Amino acid sequence: MNDLALLVAATLAAGTPLALAGMGLLVNERAGVLNLGAEGLMLVAAVAGFATGFTTGSELLALIAGAAAGAIGAAIYGWLVIWLNTNQYATGLAVSLFGSGFSAFVGIGFVGKKLEENPVTGVPLLRDLPVLGVALFRQHWTIYGAVALAGGVAWFLYRTRGGLILRSIGESPSAAHALGYPVRRIRLVAVVVGGALCGLAGAYLSVIYTPLWVEGMVAGRGWIALALTTFATWRPARMLFGAYLFGGVTMLQLYLQAAGVQVPPEFMSMLPYLATVLVLVIISRNPLWIRLNMPASLGKTFFPGS
Amino acid sequence: MTAPRLQLEQISKRFAAVVANDQVSLSVQPGEIHSILGENGAGKSTLMKIIYGALRPDAGRILWNGEPAQIRSPQEARALGIAMVFQHFSLFDTLSVAENVWLGMSSSISLQQVKDGIRSKTAEYGLELEPERVVHTLSVGERQRVEIVRALLAEPRLLILDEPTSVLTPQAVEKLFVTLRQLAATGCSILYISHKLDEIRALCHQCTVLRGGRVTGSCDPTVESNASLSRLMIGAEPPRLVHREATPGQLALRVNALSLEKLDRFGTDLHEVSLDLREGEVVGIAGVSGNGQQQLLAAISGEDPRAPDAAIELFGQPIGRLRAGARRKLGLHFIPEERLGRGAVPTLSLAHNMLLTRNESLRFLGWIDRQALKHQTASIIERFKVKSGGPGAVARSLSGGNLQKYIVGREIDAVPKVLVVAQPTWGVDVGAAAQIRAELLALRDAGTALLVVSEELEELFEMTDRLHVMARGRLSPSIGTSAATVELIGEWMSGLWPTGPEDGPGASIGEFP
Amino acid sequence: MSLLSPVIAVVLTAVVGAALFAALGKDPLSALQVFFLEPFHGTRALTELALKSTPLILIALGLALCYRSNVWNIGAEGQFLMGAIGGGGLALWVTTEAIPMSPWAFFPLVIVAGALAGAAWAGVVALLRDRFNANEILTSLMLVYVANYFLSWLVFGPWKDPDGFNFPQTVSFASQTELPRVIRGMRLHWGSAVALLAAGGMWLFLFRTFAGIQLQVGGPAPAAARYAGFSSHAAIWTTLLTSGALAGVAGAFEVAGPMGQLTPHVSTGYGFTAIIVAFVGRLHPLGCILGSGVLSMFLIGGELAQSRIGLPSALSGVFQGVLLLSLLACDTLIHYRPRWSGTR
Repeated sequence: MNDLALLVAATLAAGTPLALAGMGLLVNERAGVLNLGAEGLMLVAAVAGFATGFTTGSELLALIAGAAAGAIGAAIYGWLVIWLNTNQYATGLAVSLFGSGFSAFVGIGFVGKKLEENPVTGVPLLRDLPVLGVALFRQHWTIYGAVALAGGVAWFLYRTRGGLILRSIGESPSAAHALGYPVRRIRLVAVVVGGALCGLAGAYLSVIYTPLWVEGMVAGRGWIALALTTFATWRPARMLFGAYLFGGVTMLQLYLQAAGVQVPPEFMSMLPYLATVLVLVIISRNPLWIRLNMPASLGKTFFPGS
Repeated sequence: MTAPRLQLEQISKRFAAVVANDQVSLSVQPGEIHSILGENGAGKSTLMKIIYGALRPDAGRILWNGEPAQIRSPQEARALGIAMVFQHFSLFDTLSVAENVWLGMSSSISLQQVKDGIRSKTAEYGLELEPERVVHTLSVGERQRVEIVRALLAEPRLLILDEPTSVLTPQAVEKLFVTLRQLAATGCSILYISHKLDEIRALCHQCTVLRGGRVTGSCDPTVESNASLSRLMIGAEPPRLVHREATPGQLALRVNALSLEKLDRFGTDLHEVSLDLREGEVVGIAGVSGNGQQQLLAAISGEDPRAPDAAIELFGQPIGRLRAGARRKLGLHFIPEERLGRGAVPTLSLAHNMLLTRNESLRFLGWIDRQALKHQTASIIERFKVKSGGPGAVARSLSGGNLQKYIVGREIDAVPKVLVVAQPTWGVDVGAAAQIRAELLALRDAGTALLVVSEELEELFEMTDRLHVMARGRLSPSIGTSAATVELIGEWMSGLWPTGPEDGPGASIGEFP
Repeated sequence: MSLLSPVIAVVLTAVVGAALFAALGKDPLSALQVFFLEPFHGTRALTELALKSTPLILIALGLALCYRSNVWNIGAEGQFLMGAIGGGGLALWVTTEAIPMSPWAFFPLVIVAGALAGAAWAGVVALLRDRFNANEILTSLMLVYVANYFLSWLVFGPWKDPDGFNFPQTVSFASQTELPRVIRGMRLHWGSAVALLAAGGMWLFLFRTFAGIQLQVGGPAPAAARYAGFSSHAAIWTTLLTSGALAGVAGAFEVAGPMGQLTPHVSTGYGFTAIIVAFVGRLHPLGCILGSGVLSMFLIGGELAQSRIGLPSALSGVFQGVLLLSLLACDTLIHYRPRWSGTR
């Protein structure tokens, strides 16, 4: 029973970066912008967060630095695709490649260093519950933050006028433009918010989850988060579910290894990536279903005027 | 005398290569229905976008109620009391009617107030519209109603309508006119953009005519004739098409009770569509767009090969599941309504675009004989007077009208056995339209079977020998064009046509067993 | 016109580089010299440049084909690794069985092995896209990780050199598996000629044959492809299998050429660098040759910068990203200016 509780706890910890990044990508995809640079942004943010944490010793500052790094990177990306109308696929790839090179370059001085570990307090009182306390309430506060974020995003998208405007821009930027909405500015804001959340996710990895800096440590989580937006059909609640499902898959390999299942570790490590492919296959089988839910302008360049 | 509601003085606007508006002046009185008449590309839409703040003029001045006004954005236009109904609707398909209306209004009111407002406005004008419906479930006419109600809720002092009737049945046009007259009677001015002479004469008090971006005349349309308006609009009377009697030959294309589910969420299901097309005749399909024409054309052309094999036959051969290329080999060619991106690849040269439907220049293993291809392309450019940089010019460098001429030319030049054409003259000038129609008829006289789908009733009456009407995914029986009237076709466009004998005993009156 | 922006982008990258060197306290001019001049200095340096270019050309050709038809294969790295495994497996078999053969006989065999392995790996992506409509960007990339772990498993496990002091690597391959060298004493092998031939073949295919034109219709205008009756299935399969095979050949050349054995470090990210090569080369086969020259200059420059002036070799990764970003920005600034002035 306690093993299971520990597995749940580990799952939550592993799924949180996916939930944060995925939620950010969901927001900017709802505005019609695809950001294939997520992986690169997370890497840059991971190193920025680690460097800040290492020099200041403050976990909060480290997370803020990560989010800021992600936001700055996303702003550059947004400027390119929204104002210069560059191809979103190619530009996103460029950001990813740049991010992995840049983070490796900046991070050289931090390889092998370790952050001071801050004791995790969890939720007072509830943390002492049997089983549930271990499973749910002895987590870092960012995990509860991720859940609250999902609620906040859902409320914003479906219950506010701002959310309606964001969705309408993702649906038809030309119609929104005709009504006089500043499509490019709103899209840029959405992209920057998305980048900041990707950055937070990256910093979480290097500052709280491991806490170490290793070159390429994001290990495809940015791409998996991108796949999750499709899996979630662009809905916050499903995104949260998907993120923790994947967190579970990541943890399952460790659990199976501990349980003495005889499979080479390399094959275990393939699991999250194979699971991503599998999920994409299952969810994409019905193109009509995807098209019904996908923001109609996703990935397409919008030229105002004319 | 009160100041005019709106006055334009010497408005000019140029884009990179073209002058869209050249010193345009006009004035609109309160309560006046003022039409802007002009051909495609005469600069009407640009002018309206300037008034609505979506574009800035390069020169000239706008007076609002006698005061100079700067309209920098659609918000500022709305604040002044200007509302606009767009030709291509600015609606969001996945949102509800009320949400769509809400997005077009200031943020100080709640969604609930918007719903109430919609109910009271629709009651006031006798329009039917349910605020909770999601837009993609609405018909085209209902969508326009959303735009109009959105405009009305802003209590406008000036309402701009851009080609509002192109999507309506003749009966719905009448209804719209009632609404507009009612609105004008409250003192609201209306700018009515159109190229349809009859409508302007029936509705408008004043008319400003544009040609090539300039004002060529200003008149009271109620005292003008179609011919005189047309002279102002195109500088000459429209060329007459000589239409000889058809001599239909053997059956070329048959559609057999074709039913097909829509392919995407905004399409229309096809129900039991049946159609016969013979060699040497032109059959037309009329109807408001969005009633299944696209789906039927895709099923016939082979772009959508999901039809049951036997549902479509070409000279007796079932072709329902063949792809477009295979059907073309059997002699069935198609001219789609989208020119860039469907009829031609924007980034490829005109020569390479030939290869989409023509394979005369291909050699062993698909090797391209470039000389042959160039000659073939050049001959089409010359014959159809396509203004372009030659066979090497990329498709997107051509104007819409010239690209249309190229595509129509490419298909006519193939001398197909069956030619299916969608909107043959959309966006081309009057001279080119006349040439295209004449070439199509010449093709008919040489024995080709032609199926023409068009939203322009006049064009169909001019070109076709028989007519069908499409409504809600169903196809009417055919009627000889000479026996058809606008009123009758209009009735059929709303789906009210006499049903065939399979619909029960009522249909076989007069035949006693 | 379209040649202008890659040139500007390279210049911009050099400027960013100079600023970066200055920030790191190095003399920008001498550092730039290491990056931009040293790789061209002398016969040996030039042959090394050509050697590095070979896999980049091969992979970029396939990617250019994919991108022209709007198939976003970004997992060439994985296809390269599988090609390396295929070629390496063949070489390992020849070595352990001590099969007598001339290197010239092995040459075509290793090409086939690499091509088959790479194409098979890309074929998975094609199958998932064609049959299940799964986004090829994500699946191809996920399969890179899978290929990486598969390679690790092989060299840590069944293929490990029993006398290798437990290092994760295979035995050194026998001499008959070595690719024939172009110049005695230099590492440049005849695989480079294969890459150039492939570029010529790709050029003919893309611009002189109907099949090539067909593939380029579906990318910019899928509706036109449907209208013309060109098969989108065929486009997916042709482009992915071709690019997978080319990347696979590149991988096989790498193990049978300069490496001489299989290790987890067969690739230094060739599959990703080649994406930049393809774009810098304007998705044009001849451009890919030029682009690969530029990018291998950066790769070699990065290695030199590390050994000569103690700069981290990760710098070349930064340069690659900056190069692609500035290329994309230049493209718009040059091509779309008219469109800009026409609107707000």
